[in-house]
Amino acid sequence: MVWNKIKPSFWDKQEVVSGTSTYQHTYRRIWKLAVILTGGVSLIPLIFLSVVNYRAVQNAIESEYLFRTTRVVSNTRRAVSFFLTERKFALDFIVHDNGFKSLNNPERLSAILENLKRSFGGGFVDMGVVDASGYQEAYVGPYNLEGKDYSGQKWFRQVLESGMYISDVFLGYRKVPHLVIAVRGSSESGTAYVLRASLSIAPFEDLLSNLALAGSGDAFIINQEGILQTSTRYHGGVLQKLSLQVPEYSSKTRVFEEQGPRGRALIVGYRYIDETPFILMIVKDKRECMAPCFKVGLELIAFLLICITVILTVILGTATYMVKKIQVADEKRNASLHHVEYANKMASIGRLAASVAHEINNPLAIISEKAGLIKDLFTFKTDYVHDAKLIGLVDSVLGSVKRAGTITRRLLNFSRNLQASIEPINLKEAILEVLGFMGKESELRSIEITTEVAEDIPILETDRGKLQQIMLNLVNNAFAAVQDGGHIDIKANRKDRDHVSITITDDGCGIAEDDLGRIYEPFFSTKTGQGGTGLGLSITYGLVQEIGGSIQVESALEKGTRFTITIPIRLEKIKNERNKGVVG
Amino acid sequence: MKEIKVLLVDDEEELVSTMAERLSLRGIDAHWSTSCEDALKRLESFQYDIAVLDVKIPKMSGIELKKEMEQRCARTKFIFLTGHGSEADFRAGTAEAGSEFYLVKPVGIEDLLQKMKELLEK
Repeated sequence: MVWNKIKPSFWDKQEVVSGTSTYQHTYRRIWKLAVILTGGVSLIPLIFLSVVNYRAVQNAIESEYLFRTTRVVSNTRRAVSFFLTERKFALDFIVHDNGFKSLNNPERLSAILENLKRSFGGGFVDMGVVDASGYQEAYVGPYNLEGKDYSGQKWFRQVLESGMYISDVFLGYRKVPHLVIAVRGSSESGTAYVLRASLSIAPFEDLLSNLALAGSGDAFIINQEGILQTSTRYHGGVLQKLSLQVPEYSSKTRVFEEQGPRGRALIVGYRYIDETPFILMIVKDKRECMAPCFKVGLELIAFLLICITVILTVILGTATYMVKKIQVADEKRNASLHHVEYANKMASIGRLAASVAHEINNPLAIISEKAGLIKDLFTFKTDYVHDAKLIGLVDSVLGSVKRAGTITRRLLNFSRNLQASIEPINLKEAILEVLGFMGKESELRSIEITTEVAEDIPILETDRGKLQQIMLNLVNNAFAAVQDGGHIDIKANRKDRDHVSITITDDGCGIAEDDLGRIYEPFFSTKTGQGGTGLGLSITYGLVQEIGGSIQVESALEKGTRFTITIPIRLEKIKNERNKGVVG
Repeated sequence: MKEIKVLLVDDEEELVSTMAERLSLRGIDAHWSTSCEDALKRLESFQYDIAVLDVKIPKMSGIELKKEMEQRCARTKFIFLTGHGSEADFRAGTAEAGSEFYLVKPVGIEDLLQKMKELLEK
């Protein structure tokens, strides 16, 4: 699994405090805390600011869009209004400039229509003069509408009442959508008549289609009943009912949002065109309007993602690095604590050994003397001199006393060796003394130990106790590694002018390659549960350094292990000679 | 070995008395004492060729006792007995006393005789 490869070394590590109480995954907790806290304080403001920023951009774009829509509606309204007003006043001018009779003359009327078309461009289709009873007296245009009766029509009544009138778009007699502008005139006899001109809706449609609205934007005109007055792109044809609601009256341009027919949000801008039945509307798809906002949002999200990735990478890296440092420092501290503990323990053992040896020595001396006296008596007085059995018994007692004496002397030596002191050492004797401790075990397990010390090795000047502890630890390890009947080979050679190297080779179980790098770590043990503390090699490593040496290991599984220590022949004097030798 | 006078001083009566008896069996005039006072008192009556002193005697160290004894009887030579340590340790502690002869307990009688012989021949 990938996790196993990238997992930091402290992840499953448990902190050991004073060798007794353990806490589960302390480093993992520290790491998590660091990551969560630093991640929290850096990412939360970043995300918060990004959201605020996005909202601000969204608001700015929205208000900008509403403003633009309002402006387009206002401008277009002005154009439409101007178009109608201009024509209305033109008709008014014609009515006042020409009398009823002159207008009733079809030739004259036709000339006026031609002039209007020439001066005002498109729009005017036809013209007619209607008398007060609603009868169309004169007509010029493409349809045959002369003599039509308009007395029943709404626009006719309206124009008689208010003098001027602009109609909705309607089909009328001609069955073509158009609108009517009519003005009331007064004949020489004082009777009212009406000059009416019909306009095609094409100019409006041109005007509206020239707005060039983006995407699915739509501009059109409706009347106050919601009937479409111009054709639209998406909201139906002329004279169809608009699917949207008719907006409420307002004297100003207004913009609002509305839910469209297919559930889409629409932005609707509108303006009532004064003195006409028309309402100008511009309808836009909100989603299209906000497209730039989405783009900004996407860019923001991309930027945010990059920032988060970089921040998280830095945080994870830093946290991992720091926690690793803490772990290493802890391990170093623990190792030195344990080294001190070990040294204290050895010193206590030394004192105990010395006092036990001393206490036993006195009775041993008495036994020795008493047994010696008995033997003397047997020898000097002739009564028992030939009793071989008695002499043998006394010799046996004396032999045992001598053995016990050897043991107490060794114990005393051991305790003395724990004191730090540099003294001349015969390496060969020192090695043999260490092997003396292992003599019984090697005999029982029939382990063959060979020792080879080169002749050119001079007397060393170093710390005997430390050197012997190093040797003892390494030989002990070799004993643990070999099978019964195995071999241990100890060799010492002069490496150069100032150094000797000692190799301890066994043909035991060996050390796995993965473990080789960790064997000097405190508490690293493959003998867990078999009495291994995992401290032996860690302490050995420390001791080798203390006497100015170095240690190397080579090993192959099932083939054996070779430890090589290289130590200086003369160790510089230790500054503080602790505890001078005790004599008593 | 001609008749010589030896004083053994150690707080273990069992030890010194037995050692004295064994030396006597070998024709040596051996006396013993378990305290410094007693040992110094004996010097008033006897001139000893050799004194065998334990390094640790109650009230006084073997080395101090040696100094006292040297003042009273110049011809006496000394052997020390110790329950502790090695020759190196002993020398470190007794260098100023000028003794080169020491024995680590338990002492073989033959070793003791050998040392005495060396000392007298010096």
